[in-house]
Amino acid sequence: MSEVPNELKYCSSHEWVSSVDDGVVTIGITDHAQDQLGDLVFVELPEVGQALELKGECAVVESVKAASDVYSPVSGEVAEINEALMDSPELVNDDPYGDGWLFKIRLANEAELDNLLDADGYRAAADA
Amino acid sequence: MTMKTVLNDQHRALGGRMVSFAGWDMPVHYGSQMEEHHAVRQTAGMFDVSHMLVIDLAGERTRSFLQYLLANDVARLKASGKALYSCMLNEQGGVIDDLIVYYFQDDAFRMVVNAGCADKDLAWIQQQAASFDVTITPRRDLAMIAVQGPQARDKTLPLFSSELAEAAAELSVFHAATVDDWCVARTGYTGEDGFEIMLPEAEAPVLWQALTDAGVAPCGLGARDTLRLEAGMNLYGSDMDEECSPLEAGLNWTLAWEPETRNFIGRKALEAKRNATDNKRFIGLLLEGRGVLRNHQKLFSDGVEIGEITSGGFAPTLQRSIALARVEPNMGESCTVEIRGKQVPAKVVQPPFARKGKACINLEGDKS
Repeated sequence: MSEVPNELKYCSSHEWVSSVDDGVVTIGITDHAQDQLGDLVFVELPEVGQALELKGECAVVESVKAASDVYSPVSGEVAEINEALMDSPELVNDDPYGDGWLFKIRLANEAELDNLLDADGYRAAADA
Repeated sequence: MTMKTVLNDQHRALGGRMVSFAGWDMPVHYGSQMEEHHAVRQTAGMFDVSHMLVIDLAGERTRSFLQYLLANDVARLKASGKALYSCMLNEQGGVIDDLIVYYFQDDAFRMVVNAGCADKDLAWIQQQAASFDVTITPRRDLAMIAVQGPQARDKTLPLFSSELAEAAAELSVFHAATVDDWCVARTGYTGEDGFEIMLPEAEAPVLWQALTDAGVAPCGLGARDTLRLEAGMNLYGSDMDEECSPLEAGLNWTLAWEPETRNFIGRKALEAKRNATDNKRFIGLLLEGRGVLRNHQKLFSDGVEIGEITSGGFAPTLQRSIALARVEPNMGESCTVEIRGKQVPAKVVQPPFARKGKACINLEGDKS
């Protein structure tokens, strides 16, 4: 039902990870995740420069219904955050793989990407 | 075994996201809770509330029975069709349920109670009614549709029979008109004008479809909750329950103390606490910092815990987060709310937060 682009990698906890660009990847939540959460009303992001642990809690997305933690799919340092979400959290609903991205990480260990799911693997894991 | 209202097929056909609520398979939204909320504040929306239970009471002593059963006084109901909001208390003064009671004739009243309380309410009412010779009839044969919003009445009236339309058009707020098995009340749970329509189950899908065709937005339980929270209306089970006195749930206005001779269930227990100085306060809160207020978040003042949020959420009309909360009686005009380990500032405001399409509170304050 929901969109799962083939060019991205995924976690079973519903984050997506872009391909690497100069040691940096972009992170967001999947279409399936935003659909399950419903209208987002608040996003709390990590700070630029903050060190993130693999699978550590690093952001929170809150919908009208509930708050949900976002876990870092890889370890590294926050390179950039999507400031637009502060005033427009609904971007995550409208465009989860585009304007609704959450933050970018400078990878500490590129090999961690090999442990992520591909689109088929995520579809199976999330029943999405 | 999950129960289904007669409109279940309609909800599914409209893309309703179904959830289990109080044992019923109900739509939480049909795509966007936010859009449904705005539809009710700005145009018109409709809710299937057939899971709520209609209970008819009949018999010569019905009025005196209800004067004993309910904390508000049905003596206030003098015109046929007039409605009254009341709590039904236990002997300890705790709230068994909150409900609306309608007066039709001296030997015919109707109550509408919460879905989640329906079974216990019926058992309680039947037990209390034993000595009054009142006939209690649960009306599971009726469906109920709430149409709410500034355009609700205009969009709904043409769909009634001419006789009912004429009567419904004349209704004052909190009055109902009945024609045959249709009962239309100018009541609701959103802070907007509109109708709550009780009608035979078999006729409900046709009305639902006609309302859809008239451009009334189907709305789920999610929008129903954010609308009632903005309107400052309590939710049973969150804001009050059997362990909680109406004196500590902002419901003092529903307690009819006069005449002193009226003995209602729970009166004795409440009398003892009526003027107590240690009753908790029930307040509205507006979040000033960033985040979303949620049920059960703790409130602090100068590092001391002073209370808890009973209903919290994001208010789409205000684009801010609001809550109802129960706090210590000596609380000041501001506090902090613990959100994921952080203390976030909030200020006390007087509900309702939003009604009739507009904010009712001052939204000034830094949203940094």
